Amino acid sequence: MSSISYLFSRLLQIVPTFLLVMIFIFLLVRLLPGDPAIAMADAKATEAQLEQIRHNLGLDQPMPIQFAKFVGNVLTGDLGNSILQKAPVLAVIQDRLPVTLFLAGYSMALAILFSVPLAFVAALYRDRLPDLLIRSIFQISLSMPVFYIGLILLSILAARLKWLPVGGYGETWAEHFSHLLLPALTIAFYSSAIILRNLRTSVIEVLDAEYIQFARAKGLPQRLVLFRHVFRNALISTVTLLGLSIGNLMSGTLVTETVFAVPGLGRLMLDAIFARDYPLIQGLTLTFAVLVSLVFLATDMFQSWLDPRLRKS
Amino acid sequence: MTALTLSRLPAPVLQALARPAFLIGGGIILMSTLFALFPAAFAPYDPLAFNYAAIQQPPSLAHPFGTDNFGRDILSRVIWAYRIDMMIALFATIFALLIGVTAGSLVGYHGGWADTIFGRCVDAVITFPFLVLVIAVVAMLGPGLINMFVAITLVNWVYYARLMRAEVMTQTAHDYVSAGRVMGYSSGRIIFRHILPNAITPVLTFWMTDMALAILLGSSLGYLGLGAQPPLAEWGVLIAEGRNFIFTAWWMSLCPGIAIVLTGLGFSLLGDAVADMLRPKG
Repeated sequence: MSSISYLFSRLLQIVPTFLLVMIFIFLLVRLLPGDPAIAMADAKATEAQLEQIRHNLGLDQPMPIQFAKFVGNVLTGDLGNSILQKAPVLAVIQDRLPVTLFLAGYSMALAILFSVPLAFVAALYRDRLPDLLIRSIFQISLSMPVFYIGLILLSILAARLKWLPVGGYGETWAEHFSHLLLPALTIAFYSSAIILRNLRTSVIEVLDAEYIQFARAKGLPQRLVLFRHVFRNALISTVTLLGLSIGNLMSGTLVTETVFAVPGLGRLMLDAIFARDYPLIQGLTLTFAVLVSLVFLATDMFQSWLDPRLRKS
Repeated sequence: MTALTLSRLPAPVLQALARPAFLIGGGIILMSTLFALFPAAFAPYDPLAFNYAAIQQPPSLAHPFGTDNFGRDILSRVIWAYRIDMMIALFATIFALLIGVTAGSLVGYHGGWADTIFGRCVDAVITFPFLVLVIAVVAMLGPGLINMFVAITLVNWVYYARLMRAEVMTQTAHDYVSAGRVMGYSSGRIIFRHILPNAITPVLTFWMTDMALAILLGSSLGYLGLGAQPPLAEWGVLIAEGRNFIFTAWWMSLCPGIAIVLTGLGFSLLGDAVADMLRPKG
């Protein structure tokens, strides 16, 4: 199967999943106990105003029609209007999206920088001191909630040593890098633990494979064995793992943005929740789902490019 | 357990019981349970008593975790919070376990269209970051402990069901299931009397780890203001209360976290040990 037709078959698989995602987001607002119009309006709203809100939300029509309209609107990019920001939801999200993407990319880069070398060290020194040390540090970090890791780094690096700014986003690129360093470190520390644990296992699997024994037996120096054979083969599972950990990464940004007052999507989501801004909550939930599926898709494509055997099924 | 009954246990179980992972993990969870059941017996001070003579004291012998901005003893507040957080570990997982096991067994055994729909639902659920999905549901139901349990259960049962489905499908291929069918047993009897005991182990192991995750999730939601609500003492809530004082009184935020890390570690260690114990030998 060629790459193009593989891409198409993958895209087709996404369709039913997305239909369910849409149903879920559609039902979210209808999960509200009581009348969403009353929940959204202020206490003094008249019956006519409530009727207007119901009409704006399309709640006065039969369910299937409401759903069809909802899907149509979403496909044309119309996610309704944010009550909190008094602007179209799409515009509000577009405004904040770069911040979250920057933070996510930054954290991912740091996580790779930490976890890949450490995973190799741990695998090569299997069950000896360096391995045990690395594993126990990250085992502890796995037992910490993200916001707690953030607060520890904040109190040491920003409050005590005053090395880094406390949070925010800054204006210039240089400021983005310095302001987001603490939040990115926080997420990286947390995601590294997961990446490291899995990558260590897959490096060990590769190290035990016969072709590595063969490479060693034919007298290839250790450096070449590691780079040419072990690294390349362990790379496939690393890419998969990085792709699959995108959900964790997004959950991480959501909490971390709150801890460090970063004006991204996660922060926006919480603001929207406390303001009961339902169209915005729906829009953000959808955005997160789209982001994750795009990354899943990209992971699959990259994987099939690295390893053509995967295209067959 | 007396020495006599202990010696009757199979050797691998005995070995697992003597492992440090089990002893440490089990010890932590036992202690946590005692704290949750009898906080008054362990807390050195009244968790709610204001003491204006001792405001924001750093950790000392009298107050190992320091005091907060009202002079309340933080260690006592952390110990009382075990009640809420151990409750989160239990209630955020137990209903998901029950629903997931039932649904997973049924679709795994019967297959067909129900299984196809289930597969699609799983795809849709894992498309969302877990926290985003839970938060979206909490957002609709409104913040609070009970709503948080509902939201987590609504999302979490899928993971249990997926695990259970896979196990039941493997078991269904075994001869004893065909034998049950030939004997004319009802499918309910085959699933719940015969397959379930053979298929439940991975789910129970996952449950242990999941309780650790539930505590992390519950305290995160508490921190964000979406879970347990102040003045309820919950670790995430306590940490959030100290957040504004991180520059002047770091212990207010950092000390309650010790309890989260310890309990999380306890559940993971216990989970690992139980997994080792129950793993098929050979």
